[in-house]
Amino acid sequence: MSVPSGVPAATTATATPAPPPASVSQLSRQRVRAAWLFLLPTLVVLGMVAGWPLLRTFWFAFTNANLSNPEPPQFVGLENFATVWDDPDWWQSVRNTFFFTGISVTLETVLGMMIALTLNTRFRGRGVLRAAVLVPWAIPTVVSARMWGWMFHDVYGVINAMFLHLGFIDAPIAWTADPRLSMAAVIAVDVWKTTPFMTLLLLAALQMLPDELYEAAKLDGAGPIRVFFKVTLPLIRGPMLVAIIFRVLDAMRVFDLFYVLTTNSSESMSMAVYARQQMFEFQELGLGAAAASMLFAVIAMFTAVYLVLGRSAVEEAA
Amino acid sequence: MRKALRWLGRATFGLLVVVITLYTLFPFYWAVVSSLKQGSALFEVEAWPRNPAWQNYVLVFTEQPFGRNLFNSVVVASTVVLISLFLAVTAAFALGRIRFFGRTPLMLMILAVSMFPQIAVLSGMFELVRWLGLYNTLPALTLSYLLFTLPFTVWVLTTFMRELPKELEEAAVMDGASPWVICMHVFLPLLKPALVTTGLLAFIAAWNEFLFALTFTLSQEARTVPVAIALMSGASQYELPWGLIMAASVIVTVPLIVLVLIFQRRIVSGLTAGAVKG
Repeated sequence: MSVPSGVPAATTATATPAPPPASVSQLSRQRVRAAWLFLLPTLVVLGMVAGWPLLRTFWFAFTNANLSNPEPPQFVGLENFATVWDDPDWWQSVRNTFFFTGISVTLETVLGMMIALTLNTRFRGRGVLRAAVLVPWAIPTVVSARMWGWMFHDVYGVINAMFLHLGFIDAPIAWTADPRLSMAAVIAVDVWKTTPFMTLLLLAALQMLPDELYEAAKLDGAGPIRVFFKVTLPLIRGPMLVAIIFRVLDAMRVFDLFYVLTTNSSESMSMAVYARQQMFEFQELGLGAAAASMLFAVIAMFTAVYLVLGRSAVEEAA
Repeated sequence: MRKALRWLGRATFGLLVVVITLYTLFPFYWAVVSSLKQGSALFEVEAWPRNPAWQNYVLVFTEQPFGRNLFNSVVVASTVVLISLFLAVTAAFALGRIRFFGRTPLMLMILAVSMFPQIAVLSGMFELVRWLGLYNTLPALTLSYLLFTLPFTVWVLTTFMRELPKELEEAAVMDGASPWVICMHVFLPLLKPALVTTGLLAFIAAWNEFLFALTFTLSQEARTVPVAIALMSGASQYELPWGLIMAASVIVTVPLIVLVLIFQRRIVSGLTAGAVKG
């Protein structure tokens, strides 16, 4: 799931009408009432699918809710949090998630930048390449995980075959069975799948830059690498940071890739996989809710950063 | 010398373009190739099958309820998109065109919802779905998918609403049009391109969703395509039907690729409107 959401740019810039005379004020009161009526259905639905379930999850986190127990759950205080906190598997999943996020987003940024710079140059077939780059983004995550899972197959996989042929390895490797290698595999798939998103956002930023700047830099005799670091990079820093934080938010909640691609041993889990396993495989709804709440707290922190950065990035651009 | 350098530069650039294309397209190409192999041919690494066969494409529909899964995905994704767009148009009109007290906090709240990790609402949503008697049914998915499609559509449509000229609205107000008439008869027709873009992006998100679909359905017949593909298994645990899985993967991917290619430019503008411009 990678639909982007917005930054609060839209909340900042709107024209304010001058203080209205009395007759207009009645009209505007009517408009305000209409606004709330118009918003009502959306707010009711969001309250039902977001607000209520979130509050229930927080509540479950403090109870002994268990799916196999038909009795109403009882309040147990911080017990679930303590249990999760003392669970080495939880910390392994935290390390996995942070490691995955750090490496994936870094690679996506570098690769996305390279592809965006390529696409920003005029050449024959640019349109075709731009379309081709979008293909991985359109493929469902589960499907990409399956496609790559087959390519990473220990005996019949094309990746082992290629590496053997090129002499990188002597014997086939069980990519998805070994926790350390499966991390590499998961990162490879994520980078492949989400680099297009990064590319698009960076390309949009690059295309806003005025040509004159580059002509000036050229007159000054600056080489392409110098131009990139001294002119391009500082100018697109804002949009780039927004894109990075957005990807971080998405990567922190990763579920599908780990679930489908790895063996789901305790060593190769993401935080979301850990939480779901507690809830539905072990039926410990309370424990899982506690883990999910902790993940929520981490993501809420990053969201706050995103909102602040997003706003300043837009103000910078304006 | 200079000429040689320039030639070298162009060659490097050309090579770069080729490498990027190969990198992005190879996995899909390999899935197509694998889906056309059968029997032991699947276990030989060949760039193109010696005897391409469509057998896997037939088997995926006869051995698995894959037709049903496809139907489920289409139904769920379409209803989610229709409901989201319907609700979002009026919400976006209110947020984009009317100034009122509490608008900014509301917008921030809607934005925050779109960033929820799905796992954080999973247990509460599970309870809600069971309480409504929707467990293992498609409406359970439609309802839960509104969690991410609705905030997204509201956001993007609000952006587009804002860009429409003020004069149109003023003229309508002079004619005595109510906010409802302005929203539905003045602005809605102008928003059609935006509706297509937003609807398509929401459709793709709903089509691809996995966590809710995995948790809120149980039987093979109620599964959507991603869950069906993720859980597809063979006669034994160690015998995964890779040919079938690849055929199924190609079947769900091709329509998406076609849509993305057709609406390429719009998708790019929708994505950037959603993520950067707000």
